[in-house]
Amino acid sequence: MTTASIDAPVGAQTTSRGNGRRPQAGSGHHIVAYLFLGALVVYFLIPIWWLFVASTKDAAGLFNGSSGALWFDETFALLPNLRNLFAHNDGIYLRWVANSLFYAIAGGAGATILSVLAGYGFAKFRFGGRRLMLAILLGSVMVPLTALVIPTFILFSNLHLTDTVWAVILPSLLNPFAVYLMQVYTAEAVPDELLDAARVDGAGEIKIFFGVALPLLRPAVITVLLLSIVGVWNNFFLPLAMLANTKLFPITVGLAVWQGQASGNNTGGANLWGIIIIGALVSVIPLIIAFLALQKYWQGGLSLGALK
Amino acid sequence: MSYATAVETPSPPNQPTAPAVSTRRRSLNERKKARIGLLFVAPFALVFVAFLILPLVYAFYLSLYSKGLATGVVFAGVKNYATAFTDPSFLRGVWFVLRFAVVLIPVQMLVSLAVALVLDALTTRLARVARLMIFLPYAIPAVIGALMWGFLYSPTFGPMQQLAKIFGANAPFLLSPDLVFVGLMNVVTWQWAGYYMIIIYAALQGIDSSIYEAARMDGANSWQVAFRIKVPMVSSALLLILVFALIGTLQFFSEPQILRPLSNGTIGPDFTPNIYAFSQAFSYANFNYASAISFALGIVVFIAVYVFLFLTRKRGSIFT
Repeated sequence: MTTASIDAPVGAQTTSRGNGRRPQAGSGHHIVAYLFLGALVVYFLIPIWWLFVASTKDAAGLFNGSSGALWFDETFALLPNLRNLFAHNDGIYLRWVANSLFYAIAGGAGATILSVLAGYGFAKFRFGGRRLMLAILLGSVMVPLTALVIPTFILFSNLHLTDTVWAVILPSLLNPFAVYLMQVYTAEAVPDELLDAARVDGAGEIKIFFGVALPLLRPAVITVLLLSIVGVWNNFFLPLAMLANTKLFPITVGLAVWQGQASGNNTGGANLWGIIIIGALVSVIPLIIAFLALQKYWQGGLSLGALK
Repeated sequence: MSYATAVETPSPPNQPTAPAVSTRRRSLNERKKARIGLLFVAPFALVFVAFLILPLVYAFYLSLYSKGLATGVVFAGVKNYATAFTDPSFLRGVWFVLRFAVVLIPVQMLVSLAVALVLDALTTRLARVARLMIFLPYAIPAVIGALMWGFLYSPTFGPMQQLAKIFGANAPFLLSPDLVFVGLMNVVTWQWAGYYMIIIYAALQGIDSSIYEAARMDGANSWQVAFRIKVPMVSSALLLILVFALIGTLQFFSEPQILRPLSNGTIGPDFTPNIYAFSQAFSYANFNYASAISFALGIVVFIAVYVFLFLTRKRGSIFT
């Protein structure tokens, strides 16, 4: 079905030179293609739609609503729910939002800086051990990073670093795939001749990096930054293992803990479920806005991964 | 170390007429450049050693010891590994993620490839909007995605049960022992198919369209263009996705961990190897055994991916 729809535009092009029946077939294919896409869009948006609708219901509406789970109830309780969310546990939710932002920006920016520097170093300089280091780097892309969480936890607990912000930020600085991407991109986007010309003109290496190389690397830097920030923001295993103090939790861990409480507690859980639902919605909104606003960087940049 | 190697690699040897002075200056320059290159790499290298090499080595070291109440910490050799690979809990987890990977990854790739091919062919505004909507779940943390689907599956306030009630039936509970496989597959596909679709789509957009023209001149129909030209030309993107999906699936953690409290016991503390290692470490303070499991998982994944890449013999095309 899907493949049948593929020829539509191509078919439309060739049929513009005659053959009266093809355009009709083409538009028929269009309809099939749009139905396919429409069904998928509905599938991909349903959970988000449900989350929004459920956020506007009070506890009664959530559990015994008259209009079903996918439509609004008579009582529109979005504002009271928001008030509950920000008041629950002395307003710890806002703290979690701030923590998530802080971890994502510190970890993501740090990982990006490290990988831009390393990618440039690997791509534009020849030094002893370079090939070996690159081979190790590529191998490390295949190491599942979650396998490192428990050993890192034990190491950190020996250093009394667990349950601090460092326990989340420092391991997040490691992003071997970002280094690989930057290395590939730098090798192609920054011509050696340009660097050599700047050297002949007497520019220092630091000045060359910032003045010549970095402007050429800008699209890749933005993409790697976005990927790293999202990676840290979405991380769950690492902060879950590292943190015990609820004041240091990112949103992901905080909501998971609330969810565990709500499912363990059958009587008082009803109210908490409502708070978790609106908490999930509020945490997703900035992501969706950032995502829509920066879409050209996502789409342009992801092709980096498929270079060659 | 860089010093020594830099000295060994001066100007090319088959240029005997080059004057000695310039050779020396060149090698001096090369040496300086090598040092600068290392300086650029150094901060990452430090993080790499501290948070990848060191934890791996330490995990291996810990895994060679065991801790008993009476005995204290004693050297155990490979005993932890022998235990792990005969531990039904660990093996069940490994078996689950392997089965899950084998079923999930082809489904996910087919969905994302199909969508990418359709979107590549339709260049309208509607298609652009659809592309964005399908990619949207990537921006949502796995934890939140799993939470949302957990609610949707819920028999108490999810829409599935309400829909089934109209027909006087009970909706299937997608976290029951029989259906948890499907339930989790749905969550993961929802979360990642859009991301994979964008990678394939970007690769498709990179193909020179004159190739299609040429194929049409030769009488190829659209099926043939799609399967004989488009799909082969994005094969390295497909392979990249496959490798990422494989690594991601074998270390499956967040989604089942989140859905655990909702699953009425279907998802236990040994559901996947990572959940098992986590429970061993944090519920039983069994850090030596947890390290052995983590290390074994890391090695198994590394070898599985490496063997896979070797077998497909396409290594050069993604990882040059």
